[in-house]
This record gives sequence, structure tokens and C-alpha cells, in this order.
Amino acid sequence: MTTTLEAIVGDAVKTRRPPWWLLLGLLALVAAVFLSVAFGARVVSLGEVWTALTTDSESVTSAAVRSRVPRTILAIVVGAALAVAGVVLQAVTRNPLADPFILGINSGASLLVVIGIAFFGAATMPLYIVFALAGAALAAVFVYAVGSLGVGGPTPLKLALAGAITTAAFTSLSSAILLPRIDVMRVFRFWQVGSVGRAENSDTLLVLPILLVGTVICALSARSLNILALGDEAAAGLGVHVTRVRLGAAGGAIILCGAATALAGPIGFVGLIVPHLCRQLVGADHRWLLPMSAIAGATLLTLADVVGRVLGRPDEIDVGVVTALIGAPVFLWVVLRRSGSRA
Amino acid sequence: MSANRTASETVRAVRLRGARRARLIVAGLAIALVALFAGSLAFGDPVYSPADVWRVLTGQFVPGASFIVGELRLPRSVLAVVAGACFGLAGVTFQTMLRNPLASPDIIGITNGANAAALFAIVVLGASGLVVSLGAVVAGVATAALIYALASSGAAVGARLILVGIGIAAMLNSVTAYLLVYANEFDLQRAMRWLNGSLNLATWDGVALVAVPFVVLAPALLLLSRRLSLLRLGEDLAAGLGVPIEPTRRLLVLVAVGLAAFATAATGPILFVAFMAGPIATRLVGHRGSPMVPSALVGALLVLAADLLGQYAFGTRYPVGVVTGALGAPFLIYLLIRTQRTGGSL
Repeated sequence: MTTTLEAIVGDAVKTRRPPWWLLLGLLALVAAVFLSVAFGARVVSLGEVWTALTTDSESVTSAAVRSRVPRTILAIVVGAALAVAGVVLQAVTRNPLADPFILGINSGASLLVVIGIAFFGAATMPLYIVFALAGAALAAVFVYAVGSLGVGGPTPLKLALAGAITTAAFTSLSSAILLPRIDVMRVFRFWQVGSVGRAENSDTLLVLPILLVGTVICALSARSLNILALGDEAAAGLGVHVTRVRLGAAGGAIILCGAATALAGPIGFVGLIVPHLCRQLVGADHRWLLPMSAIAGATLLTLADVVGRVLGRPDEIDVGVVTALIGAPVFLWVVLRRSGSRA
Repeated sequence: MSANRTASETVRAVRLRGARRARLIVAGLAIALVALFAGSLAFGDPVYSPADVWRVLTGQFVPGASFIVGELRLPRSVLAVVAGACFGLAGVTFQTMLRNPLASPDIIGITNGANAAALFAIVVLGASGLVVSLGAVVAGVATAALIYALASSGAAVGARLILVGIGIAAMLNSVTAYLLVYANEFDLQRAMRWLNGSLNLATWDGVALVAVPFVVLAPALLLLSRRLSLLRLGEDLAAGLGVPIEPTRRLLVLVAVGLAAFATAATGPILFVAFMAGPIATRLVGHRGSPMVPSALVGALLVLAADLLGQYAFGTRYPVGVVTGALGAPFLIYLLIRTQRTGGSL
């Protein structure tokens, strides 16, 4: 049974030397990490980076390098989480345009965090996380319901529209809450654009277990997601509980989005670009696609952060803006490449 | 008598009844609009009697009222009505043309272009007034042109128009968010006022900015409305009935975008009016006849009512766009429930 199943799935999802790509991805990530600690308002050489990280030197360069470590860690964690969530969301909704940002999941997390700050006095990371997770789940259910309206079920077009409308609706609810509260507004406007620049290692550490839970759920779904790609009926015929797999995997993705948003604010398009790129590299087998996307997502977000810091010197451009400027053209490319009838 | 009726007579009778009902509802909407308009002039702090309001409107001098009603409330209410009608018309045009009730210009990128440009003018250039408004108009039209140019090759233009619009909107929104982060306190307030869509600064100049295009573009849209309702049947069928698809669509986009862009320039984006007006109007009058006039009336009513609510219903004075924006989520839920119950498509 297992062998025939593997044969079918193996046929459906072509793999192309994924281990090498995985290795290459890891090398790229290491390079990105080096760039991230070396570049900024002050550019530091390789040797100085090494000194700063291995000794407790008190020099200015060492301090600069060490101050860039938390944001680098955060970029890695958040980038990986968003990319994995993107892969899973695209598989679960069978929608090449699925992305936590496009689907409005981030906006739900933002709205509930605003509600938490304004009405429940939430001021600490654990509370942000609780509200962000609840908001992500709420928005996901809402968008899926709105996107399923009418004939034809949840098509990519309708889901994307439902996500855009939900984002607009949730954003304006946020501003209705924020407008009379200037103090909350001051805090929140920095959080509204996704950024890793205000990273604290303690916060990252706090959210890490939640992200691990989400990652494990997504990883466990990898095989089922492969079978799901054959179509609901075929998958059911092969003994997969289609609904259970969908809900489970989507739950994992929502945990990842919510926790990542609590940490860094809404960052768009990482979950869209990375899966498409990685599918070109390692094929559509989720057992390779998920780890590859995690590595590539971490690399992309780290590099985007570096780009934002270099372009915005002496200030910086928030990473959420950079990913949107890179990501929207990719979104358009996906849309325009697909034959119109399936859109 | 009724037993001998032929089928075609029955159909005609039902149609007539529907058309009469639609006319009655349009008349009802118009009366409601006039009443609310009058109310918006009289109500507030202080409240004036209808007689005083009438005297101001007919050009007589009434101490106090001449300024408050004539100079403050009148331009505000006129702007609300005209901008609301513009949003309603633009929204229903896009929704009908793209055959999707979720596809309104404030969702598929056009308003977002205007927003980003206005914020750029306010935060980076330190501009105000007319520069901001003109920037918004130009950027709104340019965004629409870009979306159209990207989406309009090959088949299924409608679907791609929506998706390309969403992508562009997401990009522009992040630019807007970035500009907000780096705005200083003073610019931040002006930027927020713009972004939330407000009538607080209504002047006769602002009214002219949107009224002149309205007078030109709205009749043009009414002339196109027959073709639009044919386009609603689907591109193939419409082409078979002799509608030149591509020119018609281009013209419709141009006119609707013009209306939305000028209205946005005058008031800022009053969110969801374009999105809600069409479905509400269709729900009221049914699919008989053109949805244009009812949608314009519903749009005007929505903005006027939301502005009154925002000014007087809560402890804080909310800008009109926040009130209409907050209606967005409940309206989506209403659409959900209604489609679930009737089982029909949206």
C-alpha cells in the first residue's frame, strides 16, 4: 500500500535534487546573516564581526554588531514562519495567491491587538500574542467564509477579494478605535508597518515555542498535503481525512501567522514569493518544499531587512515596506502568468 | 379575464409592476435624501428652525444662521451629497462591469493610489489644499491606467483587473503605512484626517472640485448604462448583441475612475460607500432598469447619514470615513447571511 501510494505521489510531485538546493539555501542564509550583522549605519568587516561575536570586546564596532543580532534572529524566525505558513495556505486553499497578508490574516491579528491595547490594557508580549493569535484565527475563518460565497466555491479570485475587503474593514475598525486615543495611536503606527528593527531577544524567545508548535503541525501535514494536491476525491480514496487535514494544516499556518505578526507586525508577501520560488527549485513535494521554504523565507526577510537599512541610511525603511515592494510585482507575475480562465 | 391572459401579457404585467415599484423606491430615496439634507442643515449646535434655514437658502440674512448654515453646514452637506453620489456611481459601475459585488474601486487599487499620492504630498512635500487634491486625482487615474494596462491583454480581463488591482493596492498601502511612520506630529494629524475621509474642511472650493466633474461624468455614465447592463450578461453575449466590448469597458473605467478620483480628492477616501451603495440599491429596486440613479442616491444618503452620526452620535467627533468604514465588516456579515439563506450567488 505504502509503495503504491509513494509511487502515485512521487509521480504527481516531481523532485529535482532537493538536498543540494537545501544546502545552497543554508549557505545563502549564512551569508545573509553575515550581511545583516555587518551592514547598517556603520559597516563592519568580517574580522570585526567575528571579534564582536566571540569575544566581549567593548569597541563601538562590536557594540554595533551585537545590537544587530536581535533583529537578525527575529528576521530569521519570522521569515521562516511566514514562508511555511504561505506554503501551507497555498496547499490547503489550492490557491497560488494565498499569503497571510493577501488573505487578510495579518489584519485580524492587528485589529485584535489594537482592541487588546485599547480596551484590555494589554501592554506585554504574552498578551499581544494571545490577541494576535485569536485575531488571526478570526480573520482566517471570516475570509474563508466570505470567499466561499456564491457559485463556484472559494476561487483564488474570490479569496483574494475577500482578503482585501476584510483587510479594509478591519483596518477601518482599528482606526475607529485608535482615533480618539492618540497615545495608543503613537504606539500602534510603528507596529502597523511590519518591522524587525525593534526586536528584543526576550520577546522572540517567548514566541519561539508557539512558532515551533505551528511548524511541527505543518511539518506533520506535509505528506497529507502532497496527497491533497491530487484532488479531494482522490485524496479521500487514498484514505486521507480531507477535512481534518485541511483544518489541521490551516490551524498550524494560522498559529505561525498570528505569532509572527505579534512579533514583527504585518509583513506581506514573504508567504507568497518564497513558496513560488522554492517550487521552481525543489518541486512540489511538501516534504522538501516546507524546509526549503523555511530557509528561503528566513534568507529573504534577513536580506530585505539589510536592503531597507542600506537604502534608508541613516534611517531605515521598514522590512514590511521592502517585502511589499518586492512582493507585489511577484504577485502580479503570478496573476498574469496564469491563464485567465482559471483566475 | 385573468384566465384568458396570454403568457406575454402576464410577463408584461409583472414587469410593469416591478418597474412601478422601482420608480416608487427611487422617488422614496430622493425624498429621504432631501429630508436628510434639510435635517443636516437645521440640526447641530445650535438647532435652527426650518423657517430660518429656508430664509438662509433663499438668500435672506439671518443673524448667526447665515454664517453657520450658509457657510459651514451648507457646503458640508452639498459635498456629502455629491461625493456620496460619485462614490455610489463609481462603485456600482465597477461591480456591474466586473460582475462581482466585492469589486469596488476602493478595494481594487484606485483609491489606494490617490491615498499614497496625497500622503506623499502632505508628508514629503509639505503641501496642502489644491496640490494634495490634484495629486490625488492624477495618481488615482494613473493607478487605474496602470492596472488596466497590466490586466487588459488576453481573455478574462475582469478577473485579472481585480487581482492586479489587489496586488497594486497592497503595494501602495505599504507605502502609505511607511509615510505615516515617518510623518512628524503635525503632518501625521493632517495625514490621518485625509486617510479617514472627512468633511470637516468642506469649502465651496472643495464642492466645486467634485461637482464640476460630477456634472460632466454622471450624465455620461447614465448614457452608458444600457451598454453596461448588457455587459453584465457576460462578454460573449454582450458582444453578440452588438456591444463593442473593449471600447465600452475602457470608457466605463475612465468615467468611473474619474468620479471616484475627484470625490476622493475632495473628501479623502470615504471607505466602503462605493462598495455598499450598489448592493443596497439593487436589493431595494431589484434588477429591473439601471442601478445607476438608485446607487447614486443610496451613496449620497450613506455619506450624509454617516456624517451626521459621526458628528453627533458619539462622545468623540468621528470623521465620516471612520463611520462608513466601521460599517464595512457588519455589511460583509450581512451579505454572508443573506446569501446563505437565499442560497443564491452574491
